[in-house]
Amino acid sequence: MIRPHRSHPLWFAFILHRLSGLGLALFLPAHFYLLSLALTAPESLDGYLALAENPLVKVAEFGLVFLLAVHFFGGLRLMAMEWLPWSGRQKSLAAGAVAAAFLVSGTFFLQAV
Amino acid sequence: MSSDKEELEVSIWRGDDAGGAFEDYKVPAQDSQTVLDVVSWVQQNTDPTLSYRYACRVGMCGSCAMMVNGVPRWTCRTHVKKVLDGKKVTVAPLRNLPVIKDLATDMDPFFDKWVKAGGVHHPSKTRDDPIEPINPKSIARSEADTGIECINCSVCYAACDTVTGNADYLGPAALQRAWTLYNDAKDADQQTILDAVSGNGGCHNCHSQGSCTLFCPNELNPMKAIAGLKRATATSLFKRKK
Ligand code: HEM
Ligand code: SF4
Ligand code: SF4
Ligand code: FES
Repeated sequence: MIRPHRSHPLWFAFILHRLSGLGLALFLPAHFYLLSLALTAPESLDGYLALAENPLVKVAEFGLVFLLAVHFFGGLRLMAMEWLPWSGRQKSLAAGAVAAAFLVSGTFFLQAV
Repeated sequence: MSSDKEELEVSIWRGDDAGGAFEDYKVPAQDSQTVLDVVSWVQQNTDPTLSYRYACRVGMCGSCAMMVNGVPRWTCRTHVKKVLDGKKVTVAPLRNLPVIKDLATDMDPFFDKWVKAGGVHHPSKTRDDPIEPINPKSIARSEADTGIECINCSVCYAACDTVTGNADYLGPAALQRAWTLYNDAKDADQQTILDAVSGNGGCHNCHSQGSCTLFCPNELNPMKAIAGLKRATATSLFKRKK
């Protein structure tokens, strides 16, 4: 259960940023390895790319794009908060970051299917 | 509203720095009853050995903060009716501070960090100089004014997970104090303040979770003050390099 002192929007924004950052960090090595196949073993890369037609993989890709987008927009919010004149609308901005992430990853998903 | 027969079910944490547990008490409900009233009633009527701390009872002294239903609050100005979960309320010592006994925490680490964060006045004049006029509408003064109503209650410190994770982290209140002095035209040593807040336990540890700002009973905004310090330390780095 989420402890009472944590259940508020900006704490959720924090945990979302941390989990998405860790998720991306875990995904990137696999991503780079697959890309490196283009140079070292093009045939097996083609095999992996065929996998991308699998609906499950498409949903997973949507998840990855969402993680990247939510971390990107959330990170921009934090950087704006630290570098630009203060805005009192941090909760709205955090919600906006999540909405923008859904827009980007949702568009990506619709393009893919 | 609440008749005298009504009883609250109160769980109070009893123990010391070696450990402890919640104990249950029945307390008669009253109108306009604060959480501090509930705790005092138990100490005066059920168990005189219950330890807790308060002084002013009007939200000035900052000594009565406790965890109420898992969130930090000033108990003297928290109406129990507003936080009741059915008839239940739990009261525990503040998070992130060592417990002395029962509900009384040792606030030394909290105050030590005020000093560590550069939170002492660095005078710019002597007693022989004329008093420097300050324009209350200047940007720096308005910024300093946003933090001066802090009552050192440690509610923000108890709310902050970064304090929990890093014992050296100066915490929201001390950093906000540093930001106040940094913006004070009568403070002569801004660089000392920036150095004090940019070390290992400094402002850059803050993850902007905003629990400090959410729970501060005086509606201050330490998260904003810390963002200001982050910006000031970073821009001073570029300036010094020139
Ligand atoms: C796309 C552009 C990116 C931006 C604008 C960005 C921005 C940020 C910012 C501002 C923070 C600090 C958050 C805080 O103070 O708590 C952060 C933390 C972090 N980022 Fe990113 N980031 C980006 C990409 C990435 C990528 C690709 C990864 C994965 C390798 C990543 C992994 C992390 C991790 C693990 C953290 C630590 C989270 C935490 O301490 O809570 N980031 N990012
Ligand atoms: S904004 Fe910073 S200081 Fe305030 S609770 Fe969050 S991490 Fe702690
Ligand atoms: S900033 Fe607010 S919560 Fe923190 S010590 Fe001061 S008055 Fe208490
Ligand atoms: S008793 Fe002084 S602030 Fe609560």
